[in-house]
Amino acid sequence: MTSETIPLGGSRFEVNGEVLVGLPSGAAWWPATRTLIVADMHFEKGSSFARRGSLLPPFDTSATLSRLEADVAALAPARVISLGDAFHDPFGPERLEPGARARLAALQSGREWLWIDGNHDAATVAEIGGERASEAAIGALVFRHEPAPGDTLAAIGELAGHLHPAARVRVASGSVRRHCFATDGRRAILPAYGSLAGGLDLAAPAFAGLFAAERLVAHLLGDARVHAMPARAIVGFGISRDGTGRRRASR
Amino acid sequence: MTTSPNASPPPILPDRFATWFAARGWSPRPHQAALLAAGREGRSVLLVAPTGAGKTLAGFLPSLVDLAARPLMVASGRGVARRGIHTLYVSPLKALAVDVARNVERPIAEMGLEISLETRTGDTPAHKRQRQKIAPPDILMTTPEQVALLLGSREAPDLFGSLDTVIFDELHALVTSKRGDLLALDLARLRRLSPSLRAVGLSATVADPHELAAWLVTQTPGAARAEADLVTAPAGVPAIVEILEPEARIPWSGHLARHAIPAVLEAIARARTSIVFVNTRAQAELVFQDLWAANDQGLRIALHHGSLDVAQRRKVEAAMAAGGGPAGLDAVVATSTLDLGIDWGDVDLVIHVGAPKGASRLAQRIGRSNHRLDEPSRALLVPANRFEVLECLAAREANAEGTQDTPPIRAGALDVLAQHVLGCAVAAPFAADELFAEVTSALPYRALARETFDRVVDFVATGGYALRVYERWAKIRLTKDGLWRVSNPQIAQQWRLNVGTIVEMPMVKVRLISDAKGRIPRWGGKLLGEMEAYFFETLTSGDTFLFGGEVLRFVALRETEALVARAPGRDPRIPSYWGGKFPLSTHLAERVRGLLADPDHWRVLPAQVREWLELQRAHSRLPGRTELMVETFPRGDRHYMVVYAFEGRLAHQTLGMLLTRRMERAGLRPLGFVANDYCLGVWAATDLGAALARRRPALDALFDEDMLGDDLEAWLDESALLKRTFRNCAIIAGLIERRHPGQEKSGRQMTASTDLVFDVLRSHEPDHILLQATRADAAHGLLDVRRLADMLARVKGRIRHVALDRISPLAVPILTEIGREPVPGTAGEEMLAEAAEALMAEATA
Repeated sequence: MTSETIPLGGSRFEVNGEVLVGLPSGAAWWPATRTLIVADMHFEKGSSFARRGSLLPPFDTSATLSRLEADVAALAPARVISLGDAFHDPFGPERLEPGARARLAALQSGREWLWIDGNHDAATVAEIGGERASEAAIGALVFRHEPAPGDTLAAIGELAGHLHPAARVRVASGSVRRHCFATDGRRAILPAYGSLAGGLDLAAPAFAGLFAAERLVAHLLGDARVHAMPARAIVGFGISRDGTGRRRASR
Repeated sequence: MTTSPNASPPPILPDRFATWFAARGWSPRPHQAALLAAGREGRSVLLVAPTGAGKTLAGFLPSLVDLAARPLMVASGRGVARRGIHTLYVSPLKALAVDVARNVERPIAEMGLEISLETRTGDTPAHKRQRQKIAPPDILMTTPEQVALLLGSREAPDLFGSLDTVIFDELHALVTSKRGDLLALDLARLRRLSPSLRAVGLSATVADPHELAAWLVTQTPGAARAEADLVTAPAGVPAIVEILEPEARIPWSGHLARHAIPAVLEAIARARTSIVFVNTRAQAELVFQDLWAANDQGLRIALHHGSLDVAQRRKVEAAMAAGGGPAGLDAVVATSTLDLGIDWGDVDLVIHVGAPKGASRLAQRIGRSNHRLDEPSRALLVPANRFEVLECLAAREANAEGTQDTPPIRAGALDVLAQHVLGCAVAAPFAADELFAEVTSALPYRALARETFDRVVDFVATGGYALRVYERWAKIRLTKDGLWRVSNPQIAQQWRLNVGTIVEMPMVKVRLISDAKGRIPRWGGKLLGEMEAYFFETLTSGDTFLFGGEVLRFVALRETEALVARAPGRDPRIPSYWGGKFPLSTHLAERVRGLLADPDHWRVLPAQVREWLELQRAHSRLPGRTELMVETFPRGDRHYMVVYAFEGRLAHQTLGMLLTRRMERAGLRPLGFVANDYCLGVWAATDLGAALARRRPALDALFDEDMLGDDLEAWLDESALLKRTFRNCAIIAGLIERRHPGQEKSGRQMTASTDLVFDVLRSHEPDHILLQATRADAAHGLLDVRRLADMLARVKGRIRHVALDRISPLAVPILTEIGREPVPGTAGEEMLAEAAEALMAEATA
């Protein structure tokens, strides 16, 4: 596959000059280096809740792995990077079922595998294969879990997770809310990949100051393709419509 | 009221009571005497009585007589002897419990009886609640949720071990909901703690009082249904129900009755105090605004609905209690929040704007005016469109005949059972066999299969998944002695915080800010009330809408608050928001069909409505009483099909979803649909009339019941309504914890989204017990599948196609509604793509 081929249903964007493709699964593909990037898989979230008395369905790890297997089979990446919170809590790897452990090992074989530490799984001790790092720099891109503050140099070329971006856009009758990639060309924040990981609206205070609003594009995950939307189409984020043209006040 | 003190030979009242009655010039009414007799014999009894019949006193008299006659308490060595509760009173509303407590305290005080009486609600201070567990009053007045909590406490056997009587007020309003299911299970539990317990139900008139009577007593599965005694108080004077006949033109569609506002104001001016009932909150807002805009006489009109701030609602209620006096009100515009509750003596007129949707609903609302039995209640019905004229007429005739259409009691919900099973384990270790026997002694659960019960217990223990991976985190465990026990104290605490079956929609507070300078203040601003978060998710900064009677501009969402500013003089741009919408009852629908099919009956209709029906008869035909009429006609470049099903909006919406899927497959290229209470309109790109005439597809195939099979399943996959139903079930069953005030800031992305849980569960274990509970709910709730199924079965072989070359008179109302109602459901994906392309094209131009 050449660097200009866009996988089916993907949406192309650039970060610090590098071409990336947001996939409908929620993973990002970096064709130039054949790298697949996923954020916030939150493996074992179900069992993490079960520990505390909410017996959520125990199928989430398997469902997330199936999605990852499909992406890996389709793209045959040379390298996979997980942007942190691969597990919902530090004890997640210990709870991993033998079957899931084997599936993960099969995915890792024959390719580079990098786990970036997240805030949920930084203290993970169990052996699950692959390398670990608190952050990594490859070419023009930087990989970390929590996005750096918006006005620092560190934000340039950053691919991050942590915030689980989602956006609501208005359509003909009502609105549609989906997980999304959020990027302004300088950095990108990836949607949560985990099957039980929820989303946080781009209009939430946590995103304040992270993006240049006039260049922000949200790439919403559809069922089979990714839809690019300018910031002003996003509910709660757009330019106010009372004619003054001023931006929604930031906090 | 009967007044012949020495008419009844055996003294039915002890001296002290007889004297008290005589001093007021009263004597016990026959139904009060009947309840006293039932009390003496220890029998359960259902009292069906209209408002104003002295229902409350009738319910309490046997307990007061019994308590007054009991021996004085002997002080034990430790001071006060402990005695459990004698009579438990359960009301659906805490305000009602407090009000009734006041009414019962009066005779106790006036007769100097040594009877202690207390209320216990969510508002009761913790220290008092604690004390009530140790030293309970003789009579405790409370709500269903508090009963569940008390039953889950260690003290339950002491509290209820000698319980003599339990009284359920407004039983008709309780039994048809999940709250009623939980209460039925709690009643079974109370009976186990106190085997000689008798239950007393107080109810308004219902369609099937025998069913309610059965609800009160122990059922034996497999045996004939047992029933409590039934006592029916005579009805009061029949109500005077008028239908407003405006001089102005009656609109084709809409629910606002703008044309009738001057007449409504006149009616308010003539009455002492009026309640103006409407069906939804959006309607309440708009009608209130319209009334004020035309209120030249300075009438005092207030607004009352579930979204308004509690303090605001209490203020309105206090003003209502003051009646038409100087501090009072002339009218209040209200939704179902005022259907039940405290009696206001001064209300002498009920005005119903829009059709009442059900005969019993109308009767209940009319009963809110004038509580004296010897004077008629008065009501004015104000139809907002032509179909509603027919419906109002049907409702008035049903009311005159005293017909009731309250829904039947349904099979008990499984999510409620799951909550109860955990509650039982919290109270004390239980044996599955005994609990199963107890649960099936409650009417709603008497047909429950043992296998289903065991699955519910399994769900409570480990989640009920085929992959048995949660054994080590089981919430309840089967121990060697054969009893199920709670695993740890945190589980009990979690249950306590989640008791109850009322699941609030995610709400946001509406806060008024002044943003004259275009800045959002960091804090402050007046709290106006609460609204569903769903509503604000569709708004963009600058959108205007009506709330609390004024036009507001949406500024921003800040965590759990919606910041808004006043926008006087602007038009509300967003027309409505979701509120409770009741579908037309089956009974009224039948009457409307009957009315349409019987031209002799049209004499009673206003001339313009009569002309409309005559035109329909001339240009098309009238839907027969037992058939399903389907019209097709072209209009513009589209082809329309109108289905006159009269099954209510919810069932029509579901039909629309299923029918358009099927039409899609048949190559008919449906483009959209719109539903109201009376019919369904579908439009398509191909000639529907021609296709049906060629029997490609045949009408009976198009409407075959099998659409409720695979099509329904496939649609449910994508239905947002089903996800919302699942959320309720998951919270009630304890799969997901309720969020409590103060917890909202824990961050939305960290909590388990029920939508995602639903998706994962559905794809991995479609037969899970909670999905089973969700489907059962959907059949009656937001999707009304049951009613649709009944209709499809009923019209089989009786579907009549009328092919027209232009729109028919009867189709005009539904066509004018196109584009007004949001279409729920599945179109999101396509619209997303469309919107995206349009926006990006614009952005890159």
